[in-house]
Amino acid sequence: MKKEILIGNEAIVKGSIVSGVDFVSGYPGCPAAEIGDEFGKIAKQFGVYFEWSVNEKVALESAIGASFSGLKSLVNMKSFGINVCSDSLFPLAYTGTKAGMVIVMADDPSCHSSAQSEQDSRGYAYLSHIPILEPSDPQECYDFIKLGFEISEKFKTPVILRTTTRVNHQRMPVAIDEIIEGKNNKITAKFIKNPHQFCTMPPRVLEMKKELLEKIEQIRDYVEKSKTNKITGHLISQKFGIIASGIDYLHTIEALEELGLDLPVLKLGFFYPLPNKKIAKFIKDFKQVLVIEEVDPYLEKEVKIIAKEINSKVQVFGKDVLPEIGELNTEKIILAIAKIKKLKIKNILKFKNPVKIPRRTARLCEGCPYWHIFPIIKRIAPEGTVFGGDIGCNMIAGLAPHNIQDYLFSMGAGLGISHGVKKSLQQNSDKKTEQKVISIIGDGTFFHSGIPALVNTVFNKSNPLLIILDNRITAMTGHQQNPGMGQTGMGEPTEELKIEEIVRACGVKNVKLLDPINAKELEDTIKEFLTKDEVSIIICKRICALLEKRQKSKQHDQ
Amino acid sequence: MTNKTFNIIITGVGGQGIITLLSIINEAAFVEGYDVKSSELHGLSQRGGSVKSYIRFGKNVHSPLFSFGKADLVLSLETTEALRALVYKNPKTIFVVNENFIFFDKDISKDFITKKLNDLVKKNLYLVSASETCKKELSNEVVSSIYLLGYCIFKGIIPLKPESVEKAIEKIIPLKYLELNKKAFNLAKKI
Repeated sequence: MKKEILIGNEAIVKGSIVSGVDFVSGYPGCPAAEIGDEFGKIAKQFGVYFEWSVNEKVALESAIGASFSGLKSLVNMKSFGINVCSDSLFPLAYTGTKAGMVIVMADDPSCHSSAQSEQDSRGYAYLSHIPILEPSDPQECYDFIKLGFEISEKFKTPVILRTTTRVNHQRMPVAIDEIIEGKNNKITAKFIKNPHQFCTMPPRVLEMKKELLEKIEQIRDYVEKSKTNKITGHLISQKFGIIASGIDYLHTIEALEELGLDLPVLKLGFFYPLPNKKIAKFIKDFKQVLVIEEVDPYLEKEVKIIAKEINSKVQVFGKDVLPEIGELNTEKIILAIAKIKKLKIKNILKFKNPVKIPRRTARLCEGCPYWHIFPIIKRIAPEGTVFGGDIGCNMIAGLAPHNIQDYLFSMGAGLGISHGVKKSLQQNSDKKTEQKVISIIGDGTFFHSGIPALVNTVFNKSNPLLIILDNRITAMTGHQQNPGMGQTGMGEPTEELKIEEIVRACGVKNVKLLDPINAKELEDTIKEFLTKDEVSIIICKRICALLEKRQKSKQHDQ
Repeated sequence: MTNKTFNIIITGVGGQGIITLLSIINEAAFVEGYDVKSSELHGLSQRGGSVKSYIRFGKNVHSPLFSFGKADLVLSLETTEALRALVYKNPKTIFVVNENFIFFDKDISKDFITKKLNDLVKKNLYLVSASETCKKELSNEVVSSIYLLGYCIFKGIIPLKPESVEKAIEKIIPLKYLELNKKAFNLAKKI
């Protein structure tokens, strides 16, 4: 084995290739995006198929099709992606997989690169009954993705690899197997009909649920023996133990070193199903147990239930000494341990910045076409105009100096809400004072989930103005291909879907396609469209400034 | 080889090449046989906002993050962002800061930030006119981060050998920009 410096996402890619992955799909989102980016570059070289799908639900469904046809698949997405694909995720647990499948679900505690919510996606284990593995570092990303494929093949279940930003974007030397280019021992895809397994129609569906619950108990037996759940440290005499997983395990080891304590730590590699017996054995003789986990207290609750049965005297600490908001770090863990052990901590609290500096928020890049758009919208919109926001670079509209965003939810939600606002305003009898509604969305997000909201707006007759900012790429997550570009994730030419044709086909009558540097045209169109009784759409088409720069530099090279 | 883990905070504003810098230091430490870990941020946080990355190398490194007061070096590509990293400072922490102020708030002036840095970091502060020097000598400001790295290496602030860093630069930087980056790195040797 040789060692190479990798970030967690690169380790996931290498581990998947070594596991013989054939089919990779996903939707770009921070902190998972580099997984697909890397496959986009190397897929052909390794005989792998890769696609950026139109959204996470379709990405998962593509992989399900691959698995049912006998190909090993990997799906990658950020936390919220799992919400989008959950409708197909749950039946997938029932049908199980044919060839192995691992789903990378990347959470972002502290919301470094996430609007929306601080989601702890581990909760999906309870809803879906899908095994979840939690690596701590890039080495474990590599090892656990291999293990994930192994478990998936063995038990015919999809497996979720749950990561967090500090794991996906952690760098370290990783021991990897030799990776051989070219298609390695691939079986030919063949769909062998088996409606008994693949169709979730009642009454079969309840039989499937029974099979699934039994399967989970078999997997639990496997997990009980797994070396990924390991105990480190000593000093059992302290009668105090710690349970941790993921990145928190590393912070915990660091904290114990700083405190000069050698305490037993149970590191859990599996979040679901949990090795209940192993946990019971670990906490049996303790007086105090601290469960260290970021965001929601899932593990803490599980440990409390186990403790009740095995050792009702043990005190289980968790969110009473650790925050439920934001990622954890060494300091927070030191403070928690100190609180329980009543240790005096000398230095740690004195570090405060004596200078108060306001936040430097994200801003539009130099030359960004949106610099031409936001000021005009702001100037032209009559007083009281309601501004709908959406996910992507365009959400910077909500920050100074623009400040044109009255709500921001999930991918594609802006127009859905704008329709609801406008429809409500339409119920008023006084038309003269009726507030205008302008909703903004980017090209990638429009394709992802904006189209159903548009169809609904036309169908149910409200009249917001939708401004689609088409910068010719999915920009915020680092420039990934989308259906408007005429190029697939593997860089192959494909049909270029034209937004103006889509919206016309959806029944929108007032459509204007323009280049936003034509300020006068944009201004006049906004003014005109705000008087319309039906929904209207302006498509501001101009390439992302960074993409243009990169394309020019590429041309220069050739 | 140092026995103690060496902790670096790299700060700046999104788009200043922090991830490249981080990759090079990682690789150089790895070449010298250290255990190394780092943590970086991508995406929204990179769009012109404050960016803070951690690198640690030593015998045995666990967490990619470290506590307040534990930095050996704050390497900052921008003055305000250096000041933001004060919580990681202890009496020995060295601050190597690019004398480059990127405006973002009308209440925060360049002079105010420079004065605060001088008052609070005192003799451990190295304000380096990296952007200016690179613009003048290489007609390129982007490589000022590599120049700063050179400064830290040749002054012995980061305990890594220049040869290891050059090797890392060769591995990380695309061929097209390699000469420029090597020049920027070695330019710091002269001061």
